[in-house]
Amino acid sequence: MSTEKKSNKKKNRTIMRSVILLLLVAAIGYTIYNSVTADEVEVLKVGDAAPDFTLTDLDGETHKLSDYEGQGVFLNFWGTWCEPCIKEMPAMAKQYEVYGDQGVQVLAVNIAQSNFEVETFARQYGLNFPIVIDRDKSVMTAYNIRPLPTTMLVNPQGEIQRIVTGEMTEQDIAGFMEEIKPE
Amino acid sequence: MDKLICKCGHENPPGTILCESCGRPLNEQEQNKKLADMRYEGTARRSQTYNKSIIDKIWNFFSSVKVGVGIIIVLLIAAAVGTILPQKQYVPATTDAEIKAYYTDIYGSVGTVYHALGFHDLYNSFWFIILVGMLAISLIIASLDRFVPLYKSLKNQRVLRHSSFMHKQRIVAEGPGSADTLKKAEEKLTGLKYKVSTDKNGLLAEKGRFSRWGPYVNHIGLIIFLFGVMLRMMPGFYVDETLWIREGETRAIPDAPGYVLESKGFTLETYTGEGEEEKFGEAIDRVGTVAKNYQTDVVLYKIPEGTLPGDTADMEVVEEHAIRVNQPFKFDGYALYQMDFQQDELKTMSFALQNKETGESRGDLTIDLVNPETNYELEDGSVVELLGYYPDFSGFENGEPQTATPLPKNPGFLVKMTTPDTPDGETSFITIQNTVEPLGDNDYKLAFQGVETRDASGLTVRKDRTLPILGLGGLIFMIGVAQGMYFNHRRFWIQQQADGSILLAGHTNKNWFGLKKDLDQVTEHASLPAYRDQQEDMEAQEKREGEQLT
Amino acid sequence: MTLADISSNLLYVAFIAYLVATFVFGGAVKGNKKGTYRSEQRWGKVAITITVIGFVSQVGYFITRWVVTGHAPISNMFEFTTAFGMTLVGGFIILYALYRTAVLGMIVLPIALLIIAYASMFPSEVSPLIPALQTNWLAIHVITVVVAEGILAISAAAGLIYLLKVVDQKKKSKQRFWLEAIMYSLVLVLGFVVTSTFFTLTNYEADFAYVNKDGQPSEITYNMPAIFGMNEFEPMTDGALTPLLEMPPIVHAGKLTTVLWSLMVGTVLYALIRLVFRKRISAMLQPFTKNVNLQLMDEINYRSIIIGFPIFSLGALIFAMIWAQIAWSRFWGWDPKEVWALVTFLFYAAYLHLRLGRGWAGEKSAWLAVIGFVIIMFNLVAVNLIIAGLHSYA
Repeated sequence: MSTEKKSNKKKNRTIMRSVILLLLVAAIGYTIYNSVTADEVEVLKVGDAAPDFTLTDLDGETHKLSDYEGQGVFLNFWGTWCEPCIKEMPAMAKQYEVYGDQGVQVLAVNIAQSNFEVETFARQYGLNFPIVIDRDKSVMTAYNIRPLPTTMLVNPQGEIQRIVTGEMTEQDIAGFMEEIKPE
Repeated sequence: MDKLICKCGHENPPGTILCESCGRPLNEQEQNKKLADMRYEGTARRSQTYNKSIIDKIWNFFSSVKVGVGIIIVLLIAAAVGTILPQKQYVPATTDAEIKAYYTDIYGSVGTVYHALGFHDLYNSFWFIILVGMLAISLIIASLDRFVPLYKSLKNQRVLRHSSFMHKQRIVAEGPGSADTLKKAEEKLTGLKYKVSTDKNGLLAEKGRFSRWGPYVNHIGLIIFLFGVMLRMMPGFYVDETLWIREGETRAIPDAPGYVLESKGFTLETYTGEGEEEKFGEAIDRVGTVAKNYQTDVVLYKIPEGTLPGDTADMEVVEEHAIRVNQPFKFDGYALYQMDFQQDELKTMSFALQNKETGESRGDLTIDLVNPETNYELEDGSVVELLGYYPDFSGFENGEPQTATPLPKNPGFLVKMTTPDTPDGETSFITIQNTVEPLGDNDYKLAFQGVETRDASGLTVRKDRTLPILGLGGLIFMIGVAQGMYFNHRRFWIQQQADGSILLAGHTNKNWFGLKKDLDQVTEHASLPAYRDQQEDMEAQEKREGEQLT
Repeated sequence: MTLADISSNLLYVAFIAYLVATFVFGGAVKGNKKGTYRSEQRWGKVAITITVIGFVSQVGYFITRWVVTGHAPISNMFEFTTAFGMTLVGGFIILYALYRTAVLGMIVLPIALLIIAYASMFPSEVSPLIPALQTNWLAIHVITVVVAEGILAISAAAGLIYLLKVVDQKKKSKQRFWLEAIMYSLVLVLGFVVTSTFFTLTNYEADFAYVNKDGQPSEITYNMPAIFGMNEFEPMTDGALTPLLEMPPIVHAGKLTTVLWSLMVGTVLYALIRLVFRKRISAMLQPFTKNVNLQLMDEINYRSIIIGFPIFSLGALIFAMIWAQIAWSRFWGWDPKEVWALVTFLFYAAYLHLRLGRGWAGEKSAWLAVIGFVIIMFNLVAVNLIIAGLHSYA
């Protein structure tokens, strides 16, 4: 066998083995990556199109997310048992008065509570924005909401601009509304 | 390294122990052995032949059985260590801080150390996954390295082997033969389902060669299985959700878009120990109660394509089903499992509006704790108006009653009671434990009458797309082990030498007992010379030597 | 006599048959002084006949109990462990038919006797199935596992005989120590059986109130005089022994007491044996192995594993995963019992690779086979009783 042929063979062998080893190591690396990030998997990410839905508010009026295209939508998921939710509600109402005319729509999605509880609450805090009730938790499921409150900021193009979990201050709220305000 | 050229003229790859063609031992060590090393037919394991670059070295590392067994042993010990204390998924704590505290509280310093070392989640730790990954690499490389030369060697087997090869086999026979010995032997061996090939003055009889592929087949099965496990960790291949649903509730099924579930009721049955079950009486008496059935009756709805979440007007019934333990409800690739339950959650509460002094009742009212109404009209124009409802009352904050959860665990009601006696109305805050009258003493009270309860079912929602892959891996693994372990590869080489004498050698990869039984029959039929088991001879000799020493 | 009575009587018959056969096998081996095997064959035939009678009787117990309970009788510690004894004897009968080895019977039968005796220390009344067990997979999974473990245990018995023959009893060595340790642990099992039986026959019972690890008040009944007390125990039975030592909440002092009693009684038994015979147990048994064919023992060791390993993989892993997927929604959950089945699988896989790839036969193989049995017993005994998990039904 000539030396050239021999060194070629050796080269091929090294390439072959390197490729196989590399593939296997990549597979393990990817598996570890997946296992480490497994807990943080979110169905929705910033930049995704906000899933459309339709829910009915306390007055019996239907709200469809896609009807608000061209406006910014401040989508707040809440419940009366959640303290931070309760705290941020009045601030939202205040800012809605400012930004409501500038094309920002607040939609508060209550998680499967009774009409009575939601109505009493809205009346007590004098809430001026539409409150819809997600009775079978299907919208909550579609948005993969875990902790309450969670607020999804939907920009005029219907994309998710920002996902906020936890309590917001009035300043935060004003800033967020500014963010999704149509030009 | 250079090729090894055998005396017979055959060129063997470097590292070969027994000549591929005639079977002569090729190195001194092998020449000095009494029995030939037949493990891989004496072929060169591919990796052994090259050992130059770093890639070759890594390759050779994983190709070694020693390393493979090492990985298995480390994995085995690691797996066992994970059972010393329960893993975090079996611990009644959810947040990281709670879990950490649990190990310290319950198991003391041992628990603290165990948690600090990450053993509470050992099987998901990166090093455990790396170990499994290394096992997979070892499986692939070691199999490749051995399968290829073994396959070539068994495919190109020569009938005639050198006498040194024959003499180094465990079963050897040598002695006089007659003209028709080979023919008769062939006859009998064919009758015993051996594949016989002849060449000049010799024959090779072979049976069950496919069993030699068993190890490689089962390794392929394991690799497919591990591949499935890897896929399972990727998002989208695997759904694992919990759905708590109460009797009468309708809920969207998490991670199953378009499907909605309604619970018709939960049932818990226990063994009574009567009638048919009388035989179990003693056991039931000993342990108290034994559960017989956990069951949730459900209705599955599908929302038509194109309908948005939240719009349930057009949903259609797909199926009514009873979900029981061991009988999951399967639909469209999903499965719902009966996993948990919670009994006797409050559903309604009934009260009577009573005059405190006379005890006279103005009528009864029932408050639906899931969906309360505002006004409850009673006799004589008496009305109870619900001002506030706090399903899980947890105290006051800034004078406002609070609820801790949306579930009616400890309902609190703020009511206004109006009767003909008290036309201005009286306000009262009622909880299960007590009644507060914030605006002074009332004449009327709501006297507790009773409750209705309902059960909640804890269901697991599962979709696992990797199951077919895992199943395939398991099946191939089983075929491989059965093939390799329940069959064996038997061979006989018989040569009639120039002087007419017979030289016979026999080999099997296992079950020498079976091989000898076959040979006994051939020997009888073809009048072959008596055979020796060289390994037994060697041991007998060692024993004699040992006895002489003592 | 009801069917249930017939069933338990059949088990007694089997027990006695195995006991008798043990001695006949011993006689067959011992009688073979000249190494002619003729008397060994003759007495071996008698012994195997008695063994088969016992086995048939135990199969009878198994079937009748199945009929009585309406489910495969492998649903709790008593039933499973008894079945393990049965498959062990079954495996031995098959191997005897192949190899005619009386000495194997002399070792396997006492082990089977110990296992069945151990089983009967657990509640043996017929019990109903909890929902998780109400499926045909119970029979499919558990019977496959118990058959596999019976066969794998034969390999350990062959390994033990090999070791009894080759380990030099005159020289001090690690091998001699560990071989005797195995004998000692078998005597400890006997110690447990003797203690349990004694206190059961004398109806010993002492109740205690205590605080469990979750801080809840609980009650416990000791069936042996309490040496260790549960966390913050209060005696509820008059005249019972007051525990000498109180344990922290995570330690189950009741079980610990049982372990210590067994340990004490077993050690006393062992000491008595040593005093009376003035020899190690392994040294006492060594003469029986004089005519043992080592090659044959090695082959039995290897073949049992080769036969048992695929069955074990099928039953303890594949069938187990299928059932776990159906009952618990996931095929694998790292439950201790699952993990130890995997450990067993990995161990025998290592055995096979060492044997095939590195030529570990003979004594090394024999040691490995014995360790394999220890792992199986650990999974059966310790994982069920000490490490709580989804499988702790007993």
